[in-house]
Amino acid sequence: MKFLKAFGAFWYDFIIGDDWKIAVAVVTSLAILLTALKTNLFSDTALTLLGGAVIVVAFAISLAIDVRPKRRR
Amino acid sequence: MDAATWGLVIATFVACFVEMVEATTIVMAMGFTRSWRSALTGTLAALGALAVVTVFAGYALANWLPESALQLAIGGLLLIFGLQWLRKAILRSSGRKAVHDEAAIYKEEVAAAKAAGEPTGGLDMFSFMVSFKGVFLEGMEVVFIVITFGLNADNVPAASAGAIAAVVIVLIIAIAARRPLSMINENLLKYGVGLLLASFGTYWAVEGIGIFRDGRESLNWPGHDLIILALLAAWLILSRIFVAALRTPAPATTPAGISVEADK
Repeated sequence: MKFLKAFGAFWYDFIIGDDWKIAVAVVTSLAILLTALKTNLFSDTALTLLGGAVIVVAFAISLAIDVRPKRRR
Repeated sequence: MDAATWGLVIATFVACFVEMVEATTIVMAMGFTRSWRSALTGTLAALGALAVVTVFAGYALANWLPESALQLAIGGLLLIFGLQWLRKAILRSSGRKAVHDEAAIYKEEVAAAKAAGEPTGGLDMFSFMVSFKGVFLEGMEVVFIVITFGLNADNVPAASAGAIAAVVIVLIIAIAARRPLSMINENLLKYGVGLLLASFGTYWAVEGIGIFRDGRESLNWPGHDLIILALLAAWLILSRIFVAALRTPAPATTPAGISVEADK
């Protein structure tokens, strides 16, 4: 059990790292692109450009969340 | 060599160079403070383990996955790695995160080595384990980058050559300097690697989404490989905008999630 926990922690640290929002941004972007692909409405050029744009926007949002000022309690 | 191969070699060289500098700092701290023999044994054991991982992971990825699935899986992971490096570079460049400092990390490792007590005869397990862990963890990312870049560009030897050249050069500098390699502008190098990984990651991950359509063919970017230059420019411009926007005005309160630790 201890080994499994350590094994899981290693891969979590290796892939997700110290900011889970980046991984979420990437997965969400690819999910949006997949949805667009499944509509069969777009050409390859449109899909790739959409994918690139969505990834850039998702990263910008994750970074904006990261640096937002803390609310005073 | 064509431009794509040069890009491949440079990307793996710089990525490996940065990780090697970090691993060397840890090994030097153990060697100078406790036991060179144990630190170097740990380093060799880690390099051996990394070689085994490289062979098995490379074989599995190359033989078991269709091309578009490979592009999606490793493009997605490269994208995550690249954007994490880019995030840190932006936060450091804008003064919101402590700059990576090899000298400070060296001091921390030396303090930990001294606190662990005097090494006893034979193999010093503390030096061995710390060196092994340091080299293995830093090396895993390099292994991944070499395999993914190499397989995608269908040129594993060029990717490996870039990584090996970096290992050799860092070792030569370390042996000549005999001190932590804090003279190297690691933050700038990490910024460059982040941009490269983010660009290649975007390119491959988007291509790989084609696995979900009939025929499982990869999506085709306009301009094919040349679009990577446009992606590189886009990530560079976005990162500079963020650096400029985050630098001023100076925040009155500590931003959420931004610590000033000297992380490794």
